[in-house]
Amino acid sequence: MTFSIRFDDRNVPSAPGQTVAAALWAAGERSWRTTRDRGAPRGLFCGIGVCFDCIVTIDGVPNQRACLVPTRPGMVVRTQPGVGH
Amino acid sequence: MTDVVVVGAGIVGAACAYYAARAGLSVTVLDRGPVAGGTSSAGEGNLLVSDKPPGPELGLMLESLRLWRELGTALGPDAIELEPKGGLVVAATSADLDATYRLAERHRDAGVEAVEIPAHRLTAREPRLSTDLAGGVWYPQDAQVQPMLTAARLLRASGATVHCGAEVVRIEPGAPLRVHTSGGQRFAADAVVNAAGTWGGEVAARAGVRLPIAPRRGFVLVTEPLGGRRAAAPIRHKVYAADYMSTVSSDDAGLQVSAVVESTRAGTVLIGASRERVGFAAGFPVPVLRRLAAQAIVLFPFLAEVAAIRAYRGFRPYTPDHLPAIGPDPRVRGLYHAAGHEGAGIGLAPATGALIAAQITGEPPPVDPKPFRPERFA
Repeated sequence: MTFSIRFDDRNVPSAPGQTVAAALWAAGERSWRTTRDRGAPRGLFCGIGVCFDCIVTIDGVPNQRACLVPTRPGMVVRTQPGVGH
Repeated sequence: MTDVVVVGAGIVGAACAYYAARAGLSVTVLDRGPVAGGTSSAGEGNLLVSDKPPGPELGLMLESLRLWRELGTALGPDAIELEPKGGLVVAATSADLDATYRLAERHRDAGVEAVEIPAHRLTAREPRLSTDLAGGVWYPQDAQVQPMLTAARLLRASGATVHCGAEVVRIEPGAPLRVHTSGGQRFAADAVVNAAGTWGGEVAARAGVRLPIAPRRGFVLVTEPLGGRRAAAPIRHKVYAADYMSTVSSDDAGLQVSAVVESTRAGTVLIGASRERVGFAAGFPVPVLRRLAAQAIVLFPFLAEVAAIRAYRGFRPYTPDHLPAIGPDPRVRGLYHAAGHEGAGIGLAPATGALIAAQITGEPPPVDPKPFRPERFA
């Protein structure tokens, strides 16, 4: 039983227990933030919560690790430019 | 054959190598680990006058500050992330503020710039600071460097030969001295400088002498990045609570925590500082980290909404009288010590290196070396 999360201006399908990063990857998304100095795109790197490269704004809270946070119905994920604060 | 072997490639060893080389000596640096792999990589890079009451350590720091300005010009301020950001000591109560003002008065008598800041003007200087504080003192001379970068830059600028992964197992007395490493190498030198920091007692023992240096454990919390080159850091200065100084000078072995908060050029906020004498105990006790976080939030309430993404641990080189051991060891001809700077080694490194270089070459010392004589512990 899949549900949707919101990623910027589109809906992304997700299964229960999936992480935000997994749902975004499955939907073809590879980057969801930009670096704070050069604005370069970033997405999943280590995938296990260590590197903080995949951070993203989830339900208004910046710097959440997409590889660790499980999706929930109605979740709103926004591309995070720079520091996010 | 080399004129000087420096044991330790941390900030103090690097400064000793730099000033010895500038005095015309050939220098070889040995370290069992990487450059700045010990306590130099476990602090905040503080260059502080504000936390040192008038006395020999403050004198050494004022000379160091003069040398740091020279180093900033010689190495490039960006190359070592030298930031003359200033320090702000804040008091929570009027009793703390009285004590802070009294110390500021003594500081001014000793030639330190210290400006009293009443409560209503604190946030003009540090906008995100709590509005519940009694006041503070502004110390414009306090500064910061990136210590690992700085150690590496000093070593490179010195032209010294650096051997990493070379543990000194024995320092054989004689003329010249012979330094033996775990890899079976031998280095002959007229002078050997023990700059092994927290492990300086062990290195001294390998020369057959006793030097009482013990580890004093500390933790630093690191927040998620809040600024960067394109966004202003949320905390402008080094900000710490007035009770920090009493925890630094305490002889208590138990846990002491006092808030020390600052931004780095990378955009993170560093939160210290804890002190406890528990040997080289490993582990990350959550209650200590929680106290660090709680005390930082008292000073900067907005930090309650900010995530800490990691923490690091270090072992400060503690001596019984809180002063470093700097100078020749009368028990072993040619052996010098430059170790035991506790939490002030980054700041004190240049004057330490300059003093050691002057002592090796017989030049006049830049500061009175007497309070730092290693044999005072004998």
